[in-house]
Amino acid sequence: MRDDSRTGARLRGVCALVAAGLLAATLSAGLVAASGAREAQEVGDDPAAEHHMMRLASELRCLQCQNQTLADSNAPLAVDLRQQIRELLAKGQSDEQIKQYLVARYGDFVLYRPPLQSNTFLLWFGPALVLLAGLAALFWNLKRRLRRLESSPQYSEAESERAQRLLEKEAQEGGLS
Amino acid sequence: MSSSFRFLRFLLPLVVFLAIAGFLLKGLWLDPREIPSPLIDKPAPEFRLESLEDSSRQIDRKDMLGKVWLLNAWASWCVACREEHPLLVQFSRSATVPIVGLNYKDTRVDGMRWLAQFGNPYVASLFDENGRVGIDFGVYAVPETFVIDKLGVVRFKQIGPVTPEVLQEKILPLIQRLNA
Amino acid sequence: MIPEIGNFALMVATAVALVLGTLPIVGAARGNVRWMSLARPGARVLFLLVVVASSCLVASFVHDDFSDLYVATNSTHALPLAYKLAAFWGGHEGSMLLWLLILSFWMFAVSVFSTHLPREMVARILGVMGLVALGFLLFIILTSDPFDRVLPAAAEGNDLNPLLQDPGMVVHPPMLYMGYVGFSVAFAFAIAALLGGNLDATWARWSRPWTTVAWTFLTIGICMGSAWAYYTLGWGGWWFWDPVENASFMPWLAGTALMHSLAVTEKRGGFKVWTVLLAIFAFSLSLLGTFLVRSGVLTSVHAFASDPRRGVFILLFLATVIGGSLALFAWRAPKVGLGERFEMISRESLLLTNNVLFLAAAACVLLGTLYPLILDALGLGKISVGPPYFDTVFVPLLAPALFLMGIGPLARWRKASLPEIAARLKWAFAVAVICAVAVPLVEGRWSILVAAGVLLAAWIFGTSLLNLWSRIRPGEGGRMGAKLASLPRGYLGMLVAHTGVAVFIVGVTLVKGYEVEKDVRMDVGDTVAIGPYTAKFVGTSEGSGPNYQYLRGQFDILRAERLVRAMYPEKRQFSAKSEPMTDAAIAPGITGDLYVSLGEPVSQSAWVVRVYYKPFIDWIWGGCLLMAAGGALALSDRRYRLAQRRATADEAAGAGAASRA
Repeated sequence: MRDDSRTGARLRGVCALVAAGLLAATLSAGLVAASGAREAQEVGDDPAAEHHMMRLASELRCLQCQNQTLADSNAPLAVDLRQQIRELLAKGQSDEQIKQYLVARYGDFVLYRPPLQSNTFLLWFGPALVLLAGLAALFWNLKRRLRRLESSPQYSEAESERAQRLLEKEAQEGGLS
Repeated sequence: MSSSFRFLRFLLPLVVFLAIAGFLLKGLWLDPREIPSPLIDKPAPEFRLESLEDSSRQIDRKDMLGKVWLLNAWASWCVACREEHPLLVQFSRSATVPIVGLNYKDTRVDGMRWLAQFGNPYVASLFDENGRVGIDFGVYAVPETFVIDKLGVVRFKQIGPVTPEVLQEKILPLIQRLNA
Repeated sequence: MIPEIGNFALMVATAVALVLGTLPIVGAARGNVRWMSLARPGARVLFLLVVVASSCLVASFVHDDFSDLYVATNSTHALPLAYKLAAFWGGHEGSMLLWLLILSFWMFAVSVFSTHLPREMVARILGVMGLVALGFLLFIILTSDPFDRVLPAAAEGNDLNPLLQDPGMVVHPPMLYMGYVGFSVAFAFAIAALLGGNLDATWARWSRPWTTVAWTFLTIGICMGSAWAYYTLGWGGWWFWDPVENASFMPWLAGTALMHSLAVTEKRGGFKVWTVLLAIFAFSLSLLGTFLVRSGVLTSVHAFASDPRRGVFILLFLATVIGGSLALFAWRAPKVGLGERFEMISRESLLLTNNVLFLAAAACVLLGTLYPLILDALGLGKISVGPPYFDTVFVPLLAPALFLMGIGPLARWRKASLPEIAARLKWAFAVAVICAVAVPLVEGRWSILVAAGVLLAAWIFGTSLLNLWSRIRPGEGGRMGAKLASLPRGYLGMLVAHTGVAVFIVGVTLVKGYEVEKDVRMDVGDTVAIGPYTAKFVGTSEGSGPNYQYLRGQFDILRAERLVRAMYPEKRQFSAKSEPMTDAAIAPGITGDLYVSLGEPVSQSAWVVRVYYKPFIDWIWGGCLLMAAGGALALSDRRYRLAQRRATADEAAGAGAASRA
């Protein structure tokens, strides 16, 4: 399934890209290829909308690729979906609506930013929880450690102070090394 | 009590690792690129397309209500489609359910030629030249096959060629249930 | 014939590894001197055999032996020699052999540089590494043999993937593997210490240089991978949080924590349990990464072809090595002593916090990478976790560690005073805030994210400078020059590496904040303004390279009406059946890169062209290289060079320390 998609994909890809290019060329109305320095036009009728589409597309997944965004992929479905997004944006749909449109057809898989829902709570809150738990465990451990060392003193006060002075001298000389 | 708790702490990394290893083991038999369809148990999308064979004839969703049917996405440029095609042709002869083709991102000439060459199991093929209906159905890699019930609700999606096993073990029993 | 020799060498190596992995370890437990003394020669023989096998593979590539299936799959007659050599690690089987080659190289290095270590320790270290090598050898011979034949021999090979026919391919994998695999040494040291029951400061001192050198290589390897993606893939990206990238990043995070933890164990005898655990984690993450990219469990642009059978083997191997070492840890670690006392606020506690933060960061990357798999395995749905997630979650997680980088080096051991540190650093903080406010304004658009990044970078740089100043300030103790010369290289290495982090942060922040991208339709003569430059499309020409045809575009780059340079992006066709490859033209600069790539032709003379301006992007890799330079500097510290001369003194110290631990 993968192989034929790729062979067919190449043909479709080249055709689609040339078609898209020609379409863009004709839509950039009134521009006749002429010589002489001229400021190049950004592709598409509306560069701002194009940028908007690419921004959206960079958070969406290409379904025919190994691991690429819709913005970066040349796969036929990616080209089609980018065009679809352009049309939806032109109709005035919001980012959220466009994402919902794609999710309704392809599932959450198409989003590179996982939606916050019951099966992704652990994903979104996990790192913070791990961090807080780790720091809390660290804090309690340090406290307990101090208590335990207190109850079984290893050195006398004088020795401790001498050790501290030696350490300070060493810290000035060598740091962590 | 505190010392045994201390000991348990040291076991935590091992426990976490074993859990991860369990998931990895399960993962060896999963396909990370297979996308399950969000359309299962939801109404099939609206469509209205010309027939591949006869451009004056239009087929839409309403035409298929009232019967259980198969929608098979195919294309002349799709190599894997050839794998499942003989099975579909044979299955169509049993006339269990109508099979409607979705000719995805193809040309009429190529599509017709392909059907003439390899056989035509379809009561009709929808000509989806720009792939929009395919997108509505969530097609991302032909061939794909959908089982749709009498009320127009999608009940099953096969990604990739239909094999005899899938036909026997999943599709036929489902069709029987839906027809009952 | 040559592949058969290679195969034979591997089989003999398996036998050697079996012996090496068992007898010395048992010998160390029983005090059997004869068995223990098998370790060093065993490691050297193993290395020799793997070199023989690797040479056979290289020879097969150089001689275009297409009767060898692996060579036929990854090469052609016309492939340039450098890439024939690089094709060694271009596919799964060869890359496994590379893993093994580098592992056996590290074993050889340990066997040479360990004369000052006690016999039991050497026996255990090389024994453990031998067991790991045994696992890889079995994996190669049983499932991934690069010496499998294809008969009749292919007339022409399949060619190396065009994306890999690039200088980056020659350097990036070996560097990466040197790092990845190098953590096996720290791992072996940790296991040896757990087995022997002597976790002390001397163990840490011996283990440290090995860890630092592996970390340095890994830093370079990841840096190269990122730079290579940038200039090869054609879309200007340099990090995608792809599973394979994460697979190399996680060991790096654990390795960084390990390096800092080892320093404390060496100087203060503390953190022993942490250090051992981090050493196990770092190598475990390396192994896990190796599994992830070859088993088909995750999708990735870099993934090798997958096979569940291979996946099961590696998973079993993983379970044995990682599970075994973590079980050993659970058994032995509780018995380790506590180490010296330190207060709640002290350099020790700050470094411990650093450990927790880096581990949490590694856990975060692991969670994101494995989460789709976990959900799918539990039948809870199919999702994707990509850059938007990691960018949102990872950076805030690591930011506190970056902030602590300023405070840690100034904190005293045992008991530090926050008010004192704050007083010393207040100017650094003030300067950092000023930079954070000013730099975005200078760049043209103020943004809180850019300000935060600049704040952190300036903070790290400023505090490092302050730290340095406090040491070399002329006054009691001598002149500045003399003080500078007498600074230990380990300390200088830390400063350089930390500065590298600051430089890296500047690069990331400014490029993400201010990069410009334009997709334009250009005909001959058209211009486009990009950043401070104007690019003018001059035309195209055609030609051929050693094994490809190319179409080359020419773009004149002007700044303020003056021609600065010309850029030549290409489209390369390697063979009739592969897709044309885009070779972007990049003009690097200290303040920013210009990036031009050809899209698709839209008419006889016009093209869709993508131009980028990427401000300060080279600071990203410059920063990484500085980090690696810091590591190298630390390695050249006097005390390592004198290690041989102090061999006897060390043993005595070791014996004394062992009785204290």
